[in-house]
Amino acid sequence: MPEQNIRVIARLDIKGPNLVKGIHLEGLRVLGKPEQFARYYYETGVDELIYMDIVATLYGRNSLLEIIKRTAKEIFIPLTVGGGLRNLADIKTVLRSGADKVSLNTAAVKNPNIIKEAARKFGSSTIVISIEAIKQDDGRYLAFVENGRGHTGLDVFEWAKKAAELGAGEILLTSVDQEGTGLGYDIDLTKKVAESVPIPVIANGGAGKLEHLKEVITEGKANAVSLASMLHYGFFDKSRIGNDFSLEGNTEFLKSGQRFSKIEPADLMTIKNFLVKQNIKCRKL
Amino acid sequence: MAYSRRQKIAIVDYGMGNLFSVKLACERVGLEAFIVNKGSDFLKASALILPGVGAFGEAMDTLNKLNLIEPIRNFIDSGKPFLGICLGMQLLMSESEEFGLHKGLDIIKGRVIRFPLQDFEGGSKVPQVGWNKIFKPDYKPKDEWENSLLKGIKEREDYIYFVHSFYTIPASKEIILSLTSYAGVNYCSSLQIRNIFACQFHPERSGPTGLQIYENLAILLKTHQRVE
Repeated sequence: MPEQNIRVIARLDIKGPNLVKGIHLEGLRVLGKPEQFARYYYETGVDELIYMDIVATLYGRNSLLEIIKRTAKEIFIPLTVGGGLRNLADIKTVLRSGADKVSLNTAAVKNPNIIKEAARKFGSSTIVISIEAIKQDDGRYLAFVENGRGHTGLDVFEWAKKAAELGAGEILLTSVDQEGTGLGYDIDLTKKVAESVPIPVIANGGAGKLEHLKEVITEGKANAVSLASMLHYGFFDKSRIGNDFSLEGNTEFLKSGQRFSKIEPADLMTIKNFLVKQNIKCRKL
Repeated sequence: MAYSRRQKIAIVDYGMGNLFSVKLACERVGLEAFIVNKGSDFLKASALILPGVGAFGEAMDTLNKLNLIEPIRNFIDSGKPFLGICLGMQLLMSESEEFGLHKGLDIIKGRVIRFPLQDFEGGSKVPQVGWNKIFKPDYKPKDEWENSLLKGIKEREDYIYFVHSFYTIPASKEIILSLTSYAGVNYCSSLQIRNIFACQFHPERSGPTGLQIYENLAILLKTHQRVE
């Protein structure tokens, strides 16, 4: 069992004004207003939040700033923001809006030295490197950008080590293969990265039920788990009723009231109680 | 009447870390907070907060360049409440071993050192990122927290948020207010001496538990004002 306290992090993918969720980072469905979900998670004991502007890299825009500002006023836990941050000026803008950390992928792949520069300027602990891993037919894991669509040719483990050496404070590791499926985290991938770097690794992508969290912590050696669907679908009903969500994006799912069958929704209290029962240390409110 | 005057908290901006969460936490408990980067602005403050995330040497250089070192000393000498958070705590010490040896503000005698390196497999990761608990040193009075900004925090029970690779070793153990356990060491996670309170953790990122510390600051300032 890990000695450290494990963090449970809610990941909110944001498109325009809305919280969305896809499968394999694609096929986005609108779920509601991110601030509402964030506030609920904060009040029920989430340890951190990640806001990911998932279309920013593709369209070169960053619509997150207003959402960050509104969130930071009400939520007094760490907030990481990523998506489309290109340079030190972008990082500064996001931090000045109330984010505590930034997550970089494309910018760091294009110019790894940005990790060093950003760590020196804003502190290592502020810089989270996001790695989107896709398993290849030959068994290798390669790093991708732009929600798994952009090939980099980088080996995930080499890239993770290099990012840590350059001064990254944490690694947000996403298995694109598992993402949104509810079939569980990629344990091998997580374990190998966690054992390759001295810095904390956040496992992301695939959580569908409580057992998956336990696996990735005990076997995968993750220092933190990031969840989306399990939490979002748990809060879904409350937010759907009377929610004035914008019509931008695919809201058909929201209107239909359907469920996604592979995911067993859970609230934070249930998750934390489960982890403690498994002898996994974590913060409880 | 002096009593109705709003308390103003000055937050030192020297380009390091998230000042805005500190400001928002102050505002949440009804304190007026403003971000300053000129020593002359400290004069109108009833309390000064030195926050900070980042590298020690770089931070000292910047404080020097912005001519903030003397104003910080003067503010502390004035007896008004002073808060050092995270790097802001470490900077108070005599020296740090972060990326070579660096001189600190030397307001508190002591050193800043790194967590011991661990094996990656099963060992504690450095930096420590996450929630941890605090407890009183066994040689200190049991009720000491009652007269400090930690009033109301439950030792070994409440969780507080930490992000750091380095920690302080004050020369005098007497000033240690709380200890925290990580990577096999019990280290100083907060200290108090005269009008200085400093903590390694981030109260502004520690949920309701952390906001209690800001609430305590607001109460302290009210008392302070009555004495004036």
